[in-house]
Amino acid sequence: MSAPQASRPRIAVVGAAAAGLAAAEGLRRLGWDGEISLVGDEPHPPYDRPPLSKQVLSGTWEPERTALRDADQLAALGLDLRLGTRAVAYDPAHRALTLDDAGRTVLRCAGVIVATGVVPRTLPGGDTAEGLHVLRTLDDALALRERLAVSGRRLAVVGSGVLGAEAAAVARALGHDVTLIGTEDTVMGRVLGPEVGRLLADVHRAHGVTLRTGQAVTGIRREAGRATGAVLADGTVVEADDVLLAVGSVPAVDWLRGPGAEAAGLDLSDGLRCDEYCAAAPGLYGAGDVARWYHPVLGREVRIEHRMNAGEQGLAAARNLLSELDPERFGERRPFTPVPYFWSDQYDMKLQAHGVPAGADRIEVRVLGKDPLRLAALYGTGERATGILALGLPPRQTRSLRALVAVPTPWPEAVTRLTETVGT
Amino acid sequence: MQITIDEAKCCGAGQCVLVAPDVFDQRDEDGIVVLLNAAPDAGLHAAVREAATICPAAAIQVRE
Repeated sequence: MSAPQASRPRIAVVGAAAAGLAAAEGLRRLGWDGEISLVGDEPHPPYDRPPLSKQVLSGTWEPERTALRDADQLAALGLDLRLGTRAVAYDPAHRALTLDDAGRTVLRCAGVIVATGVVPRTLPGGDTAEGLHVLRTLDDALALRERLAVSGRRLAVVGSGVLGAEAAAVARALGHDVTLIGTEDTVMGRVLGPEVGRLLADVHRAHGVTLRTGQAVTGIRREAGRATGAVLADGTVVEADDVLLAVGSVPAVDWLRGPGAEAAGLDLSDGLRCDEYCAAAPGLYGAGDVARWYHPVLGREVRIEHRMNAGEQGLAAARNLLSELDPERFGERRPFTPVPYFWSDQYDMKLQAHGVPAGADRIEVRVLGKDPLRLAALYGTGERATGILALGLPPRQTRSLRALVAVPTPWPEAVTRLTETVGT
Repeated sequence: MQITIDEAKCCGAGQCVLVAPDVFDQRDEDGIVVLLNAAPDAGLHAAVREAATICPAAAIQVRE
């Protein structure tokens, strides 16, 4: 075990994807002149994930294009960059971060930002087989892309959320035989509601995707160690050459578990629980997919697995950590109150959602065209609008709908403005 | 400061327009980012850096 003496104070950012990079850049830009250790378990320099299920999978982009910064830009940050290195423990009381490298290095830190993201959920039993895929990392995407480079494959996609829908669209566009398996007769219906979900399911059917709905997948059929199909709850098998599991993900917090975390009172039950400043404990902040934090405007805890949140929260965590370490220099901490955003590309459709559509108890859908599908939808919880969806809308209209969820807007007023905006 | 845009990466989120409306706009047809000013004054630099950081598609590159 080695514990090298740092000559300068150190902030460690654990996780070297979008949130971690945004945090590291934010620290530097805001004036942190101490050490910054950026620790990433993958061997690749920071890269962007949204293109993996789109341009990378389809083969239109080479993997290099997903790089978030080039070598010169990374070098200019003056980072202690530790790629291919996993963090295995953190002791908040001693601010000591342990790395799983050859020397089992322990880094003493002035502060730590946790940006370790999520890992894909697998089937019960943690099935693995050749031809059974998940899609989270660049290497995952390249493995599936290699299989889809041969024409006439049969691909079974388990899960009809955003990731499954995008991958199905790409595989269909490449001419493969695609079956999309979901528990409901919708695509992305859990997030966007049943009406929009059914319209999206129709689009996928119209593009030739076979939808198998209403049944959970209970296992993977395999022959000679290779996946040959997905087994449904009633015992039928969707035959396939490759199976993609797109059934959600779990926050990567296991490395934080331990006596130190317990003593510090960390709550790791659904990600790293943080307060409105993105702080989980003194000197410990969370950002991106892994962080569950109290959003004071929404009035509840949220954990958001969207690309934009990674950048925004990385920056917010960096700012607030510096403010905690040196308030005189960096000013007061600020609550993190973003308007969430995500988008999805499927075929020639671009869906954009602002705010929080999921979990709405009222939804107002305005279908503006069916071929191609164009629509606007408003989502509300209680007495106010919480989210909007724009599909095929001009940007000015989308921005004016976003304004309805950027500040709390009563539901009737929001519906009126929806009508004024889209003219129906 | 020198800003470059990768239109093929842009997802049309419009966040850059909200953060730095003097520097960025969106095309009416498809929402793709339009760079109004590739070398803005120092007073706009902080907003531009923030726009680049939060761009969900990493379509904005800033060199200083």
